[in-house]
Amino acid sequence: MKARKWTQFLTWSSDPSARGILVWLSSIGFEGNLEVIGRLGSSRMSGRDSKLLTPSPLCLVLPSIHTLTFLPERKLGDENRGRPGYPYVTGTSVLGIKYKDGVLIAADTAASYGSTVRYKSVERLKACGKHCLIGASGEISDFQQILQYVDKLILNDYMWDDGNNLSPKDIHNYLTRIMYNKRNNFDPLWNTLVLGGVKNGEKYLGVVTMIGVQYVDNHVASGFGNHLARPIFRDEWHENLTLEEGIQLLEKALTVLFYRDRSAINKVQVANITEAGINISEPYALKTNWDYNAFKNPTVGAEGSW
Amino acid sequence: MAMMMPPRMNPSDSASGPKQHQSWSPYDNNGGTCVAIAGSDYCVLAADTRMSTGFSILTRDYSKIFQISDQCALASSGFQADIRALQKNLDARHQTYQHQHNKQMSCPAMAQLLSNTLYYKRFFPYYAFNVLGGLDDQGKGCVYSYDAVGSYERVGYAAQGSGMQLIIPVLDNQLKSASPLVLPKRESATPLSESEAVDLVKDTFASAAERDIYTGDGVEIIVINAQGVQKHYMELKKD
Repeated sequence: MKARKWTQFLTWSSDPSARGILVWLSSIGFEGNLEVIGRLGSSRMSGRDSKLLTPSPLCLVLPSIHTLTFLPERKLGDENRGRPGYPYVTGTSVLGIKYKDGVLIAADTAASYGSTVRYKSVERLKACGKHCLIGASGEISDFQQILQYVDKLILNDYMWDDGNNLSPKDIHNYLTRIMYNKRNNFDPLWNTLVLGGVKNGEKYLGVVTMIGVQYVDNHVASGFGNHLARPIFRDEWHENLTLEEGIQLLEKALTVLFYRDRSAINKVQVANITEAGINISEPYALKTNWDYNAFKNPTVGAEGSW
Repeated sequence: MAMMMPPRMNPSDSASGPKQHQSWSPYDNNGGTCVAIAGSDYCVLAADTRMSTGFSILTRDYSKIFQISDQCALASSGFQADIRALQKNLDARHQTYQHQHNKQMSCPAMAQLLSNTLYYKRFFPYYAFNVLGGLDDQGKGCVYSYDAVGSYERVGYAAQGSGMQLIIPVLDNQLKSASPLVLPKRESATPLSESEAVDLVKDTFASAAERDIYTGDGVEIIVINAQGVQKHYMELKKD
């Protein structure tokens, strides 16, 4: 821990030992030096070392306020200590649109390791239960963890065997709570999730981000898709898209992403969720056109550039 | 002589420690503006329906207003995840109150509860800028305005969020009454009629949407009065 400035923050306790305060401080993520001033004088000690505490009827405890508010190094869940606060193997955009009969969600099958496209056959779209599909961008290992959570949820729901299943909205809320809770403990799952489903004729399409922001809409995207695909959707989406039109629209957006997002590859999957069920296509390639004059003679009009 | 010198200290090593990756922030601002006006027997609460992040719009159709009780509604702008958690928190507390007391919470009571809830997280705040509106125990309109850590005040009108600085001067011009320090005590609620107040709110949002990039798409307006809760909606510019 770097040395930090002392501040004027005070707390006091009439507890005979100041252990109560230290336990509380420790539980909210405090780590650092404390100065305990009591009737028997003052003594410096480590925040976690309550054994050295001198019992006194009235103690004043002075921690540094900076350590109290934001601790990127210390996560409250000890078992997660060592998890990095940054992603390693990541997926790029996921796109989703509602159409006449259900919901379409698409993503490419790449997982990048920084600037390297490391894995080219990663399934980033997974069905969860009968009514719901989750697509993830961000850290792949965290997505795998999320699938474990959802798996347990669906299993539990199935075991009730009471004629009712969780709806996409329920799963969306559940995922939001998980993401928000982990964000509160400074230990996020580094994903943006797109969730779509159809239940009892109701189409549902929503997003959860790594800090717990949640929303629903008729068309959604994560990552670069927000910048490149959403404008296309805003222009061309309407209530009564047929399946073919929906896929065309998604493919148009996926093509743009392939041209312009360096972590995207030309191998995509499209998932179709309807009342009848979930169908995830086999990966396939999009038609691309590199025949533009601007690509053939890129520096015409600007000699010396590239 | 070179051997005698101490090993060269790389300045960047000692200063910054291990290599820093760009860190993530637990907060985000999803934008938006909230306004409320208290009348003699009504309260108008309004909020735009745009949800943004950075320079992108996430959705044009998101409600920032949450109806806590029949007489009380909360409009919040700021970080949506915290706002949602706050709304759920208050809702749960309100349901418990109803079970224990066999009645709904009054608006002033909810105002105090919201302040305490916010201060409870004083050292990891809810990034929520709240305006609470409803009818008080006498049936008069009441509006409470909050900061992120629970400091609050009952006022005749309030605005919070990204467009607040554009809207408050307009409301001051139209609604400002005598200072609360003046004696004898004067009503803080506006003498405007309900429809006039709703029109004023629509005008303020239309103006804010012109210049504030985070305000736009639509404004959701609710009116709480003795007859219940009525909802209005007005389109705003989408740019």
